Amino acid sequence: MRPFDLTRPEELSAACRDTNGENAAFIAGGTNLIDLMKLEVETPGHLTDISRLGLDGIETDAQGLRIGATVTNSDLAADTRVREGWPVLSRALLAGASGQLRNKATTGGNLLQRTRCPYFYDTDTACNKRAPGSGCAALKGEQRNHAILGTSDHCIALHPSDMAVAMRALDASVELCDAEGESRRVGLEKFYRLPGKTPERETHLRPGELITAVHLPKAGGDRQVYRKVRDRASYAFALVSVAAVLRMKGGRIAHAALAFGGLGTQPWRDPEVDALLEGETPSQALFDKAGEVLMRDAVVHEGTAFKVPLGKRVLTAVLKEVTA
Amino acid sequence: MKVTLNVNGASHWLDLDTRVTLLDALRDHLKLTGTKKGCDHGQCGACTVIAGGRRINSCLSLAALHDGDEITTVEGLSDDELSDLQSAFVAHDGMQCGYCTPGQICSALGMLGELSEGWPSHVSETLDGPVRPTREEIAERMSGNLCRCSCYPGINAAILETAEGS
Amino acid sequence: MTEELKIDGPTQARPEDAHAQGVLSREAARPDGPLKVSGRAAYAAEYLPEGAAHGVLVRAPGRGKVRLANRAEVEAMQGVLCVLHDDRMVRNAAQGTANEAPVQGVEWAEYVGQPVALVVAETPEQASHAAARLRVEAGGSKGAVTPGEGEVTDEDVTTSETGDFEAAMREGAQTLDATYTTPSHVSAAMEPHAAIAEWKDGCLTLHSALQMLKFNRNEIADCVGVDPGNVRVLAPYVGGGFGSKLGISAEAVAAALAARDLGRPVRVVQTRRQVFEVNTRRSETRQRIRLAADRDGRLTGLGHDALASNLPGEDFAEPVLQASHFSYAAPNRRLRQSAERLFRPASGSVRAPGEAVGVTMFEIAMDELAESCGIDPVEFRLRNIPETDPERDVPFSSHMLAECLTEGSHRFGWADRPAATRQRQEGEWWIGTGMAAAFRVNLLMEAEARVRLSPEGVVVETDMTDIGTGTYSILTQIAAERLGHPPDRCEVRLGDTDFPPGSGAGGSVGAASTGTAVWLACTEIRRQLAEAMGCSEADLTLKDGRATCGNRSLDIAEVIGDGPLEGHGHLQPGKALKKVRQSTFGAHFAEVAVSDVTGEVRVRRLAGTYAAGRILNPRTARSQCHGGLTWGIGMALTEALEHDRRDGHAVNRDFAEYHLPVNADVPDLDVEFVEERDDWAGPMQAKGIGELSICGSGAAIINAIHHACGVRVRDLPATPDRVLAGLA
Repeated sequence: MRPFDLTRPEELSAACRDTNGENAAFIAGGTNLIDLMKLEVETPGHLTDISRLGLDGIETDAQGLRIGATVTNSDLAADTRVREGWPVLSRALLAGASGQLRNKATTGGNLLQRTRCPYFYDTDTACNKRAPGSGCAALKGEQRNHAILGTSDHCIALHPSDMAVAMRALDASVELCDAEGESRRVGLEKFYRLPGKTPERETHLRPGELITAVHLPKAGGDRQVYRKVRDRASYAFALVSVAAVLRMKGGRIAHAALAFGGLGTQPWRDPEVDALLEGETPSQALFDKAGEVLMRDAVVHEGTAFKVPLGKRVLTAVLKEVTA
Repeated sequence: MKVTLNVNGASHWLDLDTRVTLLDALRDHLKLTGTKKGCDHGQCGACTVIAGGRRINSCLSLAALHDGDEITTVEGLSDDELSDLQSAFVAHDGMQCGYCTPGQICSALGMLGELSEGWPSHVSETLDGPVRPTREEIAERMSGNLCRCSCYPGINAAILETAEGS
Repeated sequence: MTEELKIDGPTQARPEDAHAQGVLSREAARPDGPLKVSGRAAYAAEYLPEGAAHGVLVRAPGRGKVRLANRAEVEAMQGVLCVLHDDRMVRNAAQGTANEAPVQGVEWAEYVGQPVALVVAETPEQASHAAARLRVEAGGSKGAVTPGEGEVTDEDVTTSETGDFEAAMREGAQTLDATYTTPSHVSAAMEPHAAIAEWKDGCLTLHSALQMLKFNRNEIADCVGVDPGNVRVLAPYVGGGFGSKLGISAEAVAAALAARDLGRPVRVVQTRRQVFEVNTRRSETRQRIRLAADRDGRLTGLGHDALASNLPGEDFAEPVLQASHFSYAAPNRRLRQSAERLFRPASGSVRAPGEAVGVTMFEIAMDELAESCGIDPVEFRLRNIPETDPERDVPFSSHMLAECLTEGSHRFGWADRPAATRQRQEGEWWIGTGMAAAFRVNLLMEAEARVRLSPEGVVVETDMTDIGTGTYSILTQIAAERLGHPPDRCEVRLGDTDFPPGSGAGGSVGAASTGTAVWLACTEIRRQLAEAMGCSEADLTLKDGRATCGNRSLDIAEVIGDGPLEGHGHLQPGKALKKVRQSTFGAHFAEVAVSDVTGEVRVRRLAGTYAAGRILNPRTARSQCHGGLTWGIGMALTEALEHDRRDGHAVNRDFAEYHLPVNADVPDLDVEFVEERDDWAGPMQAKGIGELSICGSGAAIINAIHHACGVRVRDLPATPDRVLAGLA
């Protein structure tokens, strides 16, 4: 690790001020940041500990739920309100990482976790995300945990989160705060960027800006499922995952929100998939169509080609389950 | 950076490089080498300790971020006599090389606490029902602790026996 | 005096059956268990002396001539003591029993990821950061990295031919010609390779994570240029080995060199990513298996053609065919093993080198042929058990495959199995069962041990290691049984080259070889006791600290008198294996569920029935079998070290991406031992058990996948995408 200063402020404004510099980073759980710092993939010269800012509460409000940024993945998954009203979120969290990691990893950090692309992790190889302009070793390298949706010629890195996938299906938004104390809310659909030519820029966070909370509106559907496919029974990243939030009315799909992990450069949601389903009667033909729409712009490589049929099959299975 | 760590009931005042992980503080600075370093990246669980009542990977945590925290390591689980859980690990041969064992035991302790708080897991039928320490629940919840000797059957038997006994 | 034994033939005395203490071959807890569960067993990196400096290895990012571009800059960094770039540093880890320096020289990088420098600093944090900043330039040298594209010279091919194999293939009632592949595997012991080197008066003390200390001492001495007598290696606890710690590796040599240069102790621990690429991997293999059978399901032709790889200059080639030479009868045989030169990290021994992948793939082929013959897979194997070694004119020392198959299939409930595939479904999951035989050649290695008997009890000393195998347990039990003491009055001291040289842990030889050396040392003491008692050793009964001879019974302490009695045992393998073919045997049974949606596979039941001679401690033996079975799950379903297609480097070199089976992947495992006494295995009649259960268990799973859903996977591992490709 590169040497760094560490501050542990107790005020939000101080934390944002401390972290305003070019090479400063917030740290809460640290499960991803310290991992990357040890490999010098991340090299901040300053860390601001945000664990003392009181951002670790979960509150119910008129719109839904406000989840503090430093609420741990464990606490969030176990929260009875979440288990009752937003079960897809609990399920997604419980499908991710390990018990130990969930006890440390936080809500804000999970949203910002970096890709698991092995070339991003390897400072001896080219990676446009880690070293802009250096190239992408993954394009002609070994692919498996890479994206097929939202990719570019510069980057096929996958967003690895489970939690964020459920949050996208739940129409979550993030609450941000900057050094001036300015606060804003951004829907997750507008929070992440596609890699394009600048894969190093993953979100629309501004310098010094901190995620202070995630807002979950009341769930649009009572039928919620999270299904994850992985290479072993537990403790592995998703090959494909699907979060589904549905409401049925009179035998038809009244509300559909599908989000996907293991496929996209960001936690993936495709409004056209949802639109296709809404108002329709569940059928195999409809589910097949949803799969076709989802994959219409997929860009596959040798190592990721399997994700198209796998993604479609899992989507179909989830839709069958959730509409049954 | 000045850091106070309360480990197994004793307070330690350390002056550490900010980069020192909780794991290295325990092993190299406090000579509590019972906590093991298997991967140093949160991928194997050998470094599991209980911090603030929760099991965590001490390798992915900076010592400075635990200033003032209560830490329990494997050394803190027994004095002259082994704890029930430790004895069960011996009786069920829940170890071979022994390197992952302290992490397995600390993880099991933390996990049993989570079970008793009613936390569901990935394999729980429902999110609202009671959770019991079944073999399947234990296996899922202990999957953050790799064992290359593959003592999972003995580990699970030891944990089941301890859970049923308490 | 030394009690010597060379195993040149069968031992029929079976004196163990006359023993009175009753601790050998019984369930017993590990004496080292309490230390391990309380964190008091100390591993190599934990003997940190005052004033130790910390070293971190640096890898080559390319293949070719190495240049450190900014060495002076790094040497000037805070806390940095030196940047070691010494041509005595090793390129590849030593192969098992090398007994001399492995390939040295870091001016050249032969593979991407090779260690080329060591950065030493006052603290681990400083050393890690400085190591990350050291800019290594290496590259420009091209070489094959893809299987099938490497150079194969005549010396790298061995062929054995019996009868007319081609004719058998032409004329067989049923034939199979299929090609199977396995990827690179890594040992991935939980304890990373670590060394602490300290010099005093020209003598080196090395705490290191190693399996075979008597060889390791010579290897390190040869590397750094000192007399082996001036080197002491210690490894009382080793956090797993599985082949990766057979020979010394980069961290030990670098630590020794740096410690001598700096005049202070140096600790070097490999990072987990280094563990994946610096120590030998199991080579990927490509295996073409051809089989012919007559109408009765008897094999008439058996062909196994295997290709593995290694770096130039390495003699080791994954011995894929080791069991194929004797596993099944067939009059016409062609076995061909080739090694190609690929510039991937060096390959070497990983748990059960040879049979782990050789038996596994062969047993998949056997399943395929059994199906086309319309014969039950268990029955098919029973029909093809050879009477004698099918290639050499020698008998088997003991052959227990039929017993294992019969007993194992009974325990598993194999008889209820429908013959056809795709017969059982639970929701989206196809359920099926499969089986495979197990074979592993059995070996003994030279070993010595010293035993001291005093009024305080028994002390056993040997440089043998316990890498999790249970050596502390079984040597305690052997000495306790032979000298009539309760186990808690026997202390076993291991892992120190100041003790007599044991066999070392590797190739499943440790228990039988070093155990026999302890046995022999005890024989010498028994003889002294008998002499003092005035009777023959055969008439002596030792139990609970008392010696009985006819109607005389004395406290052993009284018999010993003033000084302790000492025995020294020395076992040598001898000519036995020239006269017989010796193996261990087993049968594996698996039940799996395969998702029709995703291709995910879950192992629901996994069982192994084994014959490995006398089982010295069923508990520790069973645990080792659990290990092998779990490795079988990993081999079948999850494990593959991926190499970059452009430069061969290990891509997924961490535990997040190289998938060991986790707890949730492993069902309850059923392990049973078939009673066997093999008189060719020495006076204890014990054989190796540590590797047998990985030799075929993966095949039982692959065969069960086929039975469940009809998909035949020939390229391991059977990840969801590969199964799905067959389902869709």
